[in-house]
Amino acid sequence: MKLLRLAPENTKFPFMRFRRVSYPFSAVLSVIAVVLFLVVGMNFGIDFSGGTMMEVKAKSGHADLSYIRDLSSHLGLGDLEVQGFGTPADASIRFGMQPGGDAAQQAAVEKVKQALGGTYDFRAISVVGPRVSSELVQQGTLGVVISILAVLAYLWFRFEWQFALAAITATMHDLLLTVGFFSITQLEFNTTSIAAILTIVGYSLNETVVVLDRIRENMRKYKKMPTDDLIDLSINAVLPRTLMTATTVFLALLSLVVLGGHVIQSFSLAMMWGIFVATYSSVFICSPTLIYLGLRNELRAASDEVTGVGGKTGARPLSGV
Amino acid sequence: MMRYAPWKIVLTLAATLMAILICVPSMIGPDNRAKLAQFLPSWLPPNSIVLGLDLQGGAHLLYEVDRADVIRTMVGNLRDDLRRELREEKIPISGGVGMSARGVQVRIPNAEERARITPKLYNLVRLSTGPGGSGLDVVDSGDGLLKLTLTDAAINNKIARAVEQTIEVLNRRVNGLGTTEPNIQREGSDRILVEVPGLKDTDRLKDIVGTTAKLEFRLVAEPGYNPGDVDMLDQTDQPGQLPVEKQVMVQGEDLTDAQPGFDQRTGEPVVNFRFNIRGGQKFGQVTSANVGRPFAIVLDNKVISAPRILGPITGGSGQISGRFTVEQANNLAILLRAGALPAKLTIVEERTVGPGLGQDSIDAGKRAAYLAAALVLTYMLVTYGVFGVFANLALMIHISFIFAALVLLRATLTLPGIAGIVLTIGMAVDSNVLIYERIREESHAGRSLISALDAGFKRAFATIVDSNVTMFVVAAILYFLGSGPVRGFAVSLALGILTTIVTAVTMTRMMIALWYRHARPTRLPI
Repeated sequence: MKLLRLAPENTKFPFMRFRRVSYPFSAVLSVIAVVLFLVVGMNFGIDFSGGTMMEVKAKSGHADLSYIRDLSSHLGLGDLEVQGFGTPADASIRFGMQPGGDAAQQAAVEKVKQALGGTYDFRAISVVGPRVSSELVQQGTLGVVISILAVLAYLWFRFEWQFALAAITATMHDLLLTVGFFSITQLEFNTTSIAAILTIVGYSLNETVVVLDRIRENMRKYKKMPTDDLIDLSINAVLPRTLMTATTVFLALLSLVVLGGHVIQSFSLAMMWGIFVATYSSVFICSPTLIYLGLRNELRAASDEVTGVGGKTGARPLSGV
Repeated sequence: MMRYAPWKIVLTLAATLMAILICVPSMIGPDNRAKLAQFLPSWLPPNSIVLGLDLQGGAHLLYEVDRADVIRTMVGNLRDDLRRELREEKIPISGGVGMSARGVQVRIPNAEERARITPKLYNLVRLSTGPGGSGLDVVDSGDGLLKLTLTDAAINNKIARAVEQTIEVLNRRVNGLGTTEPNIQREGSDRILVEVPGLKDTDRLKDIVGTTAKLEFRLVAEPGYNPGDVDMLDQTDQPGQLPVEKQVMVQGEDLTDAQPGFDQRTGEPVVNFRFNIRGGQKFGQVTSANVGRPFAIVLDNKVISAPRILGPITGGSGQISGRFTVEQANNLAILLRAGALPAKLTIVEERTVGPGLGQDSIDAGKRAAYLAAALVLTYMLVTYGVFGVFANLALMIHISFIFAALVLLRATLTLPGIAGIVLTIGMAVDSNVLIYERIREESHAGRSLISALDAGFKRAFATIVDSNVTMFVVAAILYFLGSGPVRGFAVSLALGILTTIVTAVTMTRMMIALWYRHARPTRLPI
């Protein structure tokens, strides 16, 4: 049976030569992401901005979106967003925090229920009050910060400092571009989006660690090879695996985007973007950073030979060849 | 590496079989589950997987005890206690007892009396016995004015107790609704989470939970009353306010039972109640002394009805009518049986999912999972051939392991949790990919087949552990910081990572070992 190969055999792409393009390219993208975030901002869902989200289904089979939109002026609810999704009978209604604390949110829900109760079924209602939403913001921020610190600690413990810093650079890059993705697509950003971001952080590190592991291993193996060539060699070696895994994860996420339903669509889309960015950064951002940080294989090898330091785990000398 | 003791293979097969058996009850629906339970051995856990509220539908309501309301009640009680104390000690005051936001103040002109009463005032609110155990600060602010202020400790203590009492009352109330497996628990210092799965009518739940249900029997004031002794209260059955005496004759606490029923003459829905002995006696006394006057049945400061006392009511039981619907009478009976809440509750977060949407989400999740599995399995097969079959087998075992672990841990499966499992379908094969690609490399580097297989597994293992640790750290953080659905995602992800190491590494290795022994291959098939 002829087997499928995504990456051709024994590739020898000079990845490191691309760093003069990829580095500025990513830097520009990152800056754009930050600017977008600051200027346009993300579309915060009710988890973080507070307010009410309802999902209604028209009993008649056809949701009258403009009629629902008019409710805002009748009921005085302020900004009211109405969107159709799924079948023509489905609509989502979202309105912001009502002035007057937690009780006012409930009162607003009652008003809408009374106005639509006869002709629509209420399939889901979420109300997040002012205090809970600010707590969720704190929790979410804390989650991201703690994750990054924990991962930093792990890398610090596991790798030499250049590697740790390179991995963090790549991860931050992915994080920024994901934030940019949320800003540009205006996908709703809520607590599950934080889960998506943290998963992207995890995946990005997973990718980076696989590449770094191989670079480190090869540094022991080819002590005289120039760093550029050594990194190229390492990336080419793990390239089939990188492409293969990115594809399987992509296929799984594609299934979620297409069939997983609207509730987790933004979650799945963000993750899909994250996988793409993480794969790119593990090759084009992380490894060049090692060079920019002054990692010099030739020099290190020399000092290793003098002191006889074997290095940490994962870099066993090749025996039995 | 390529030899495995038979007992290891048997053990692996047994574990796999076990995992599949544990999953079965979750896959077949409740009706078949009951039938199946008769055939399964008793030691096998018959549990099905626990679905989150977002999948089975239900209400998630986060309530907060109204701090201001608690403090108001405390200040009111303090004022009453202070008055009583002063009366008992026969100490004259100038002016009345004034109330402030966090305490009361009183002017005692006589310095000697002031000095005598001050130590006793500390006892009005006690947190513990002994000096420093008072929940009050008493300050003499000159000119005979004593200011009594509630300490933070006293307020927090009261709120903690109010939360405990509220949970007890809510348990009785929600159980009165006859729903299955409600979950009522404390969250933080002043919040209570009420989760009721599979509920269709959340409005009724909110009514039942959110009502304070403070019931009082009070006399309606007669014309010529002193406005200071009277509250003007709204009426539920007719417009306008009614002057009701401040003094409470009998309270809801003195009820022993309340049942919905129908009035024998009018056929109108009513609530029949019975007093305990103390309540019955008091009610008897008051009704005997006030025949002909109307008395008000007051619920949460609203007059439900104000019937006239036709004669002394000494039987210790009575009837509340108030133009109720049947459901209103039912609800009121539940509320009165369960008792009043010690403080007002406010909803600070609500997440309600109807059963229809929950089922849609389950269906969508299932379809996505099937598609993902089909795509990944096919892709692995066309890429790795016979090795792909091994990876695919491992993947299927992996998924049954995740489900089995969810069932055994009684962990909750949410929609993001399903997404987590689907994601793991894509990620689980990563370990296999790492191993296979490494084997290929070693083989290309000139190793013999057996040596390449061996080296591939050994070398890839360190990388597999390394790369999975980072994911696991992230999942752990999400678990501890996330709530509800996100937590479900963290659980699926973490379990997926743990089982992938078992299935992708150990099981694939075993399969390849068996294949090597039986097929006697001469070259690497990938």
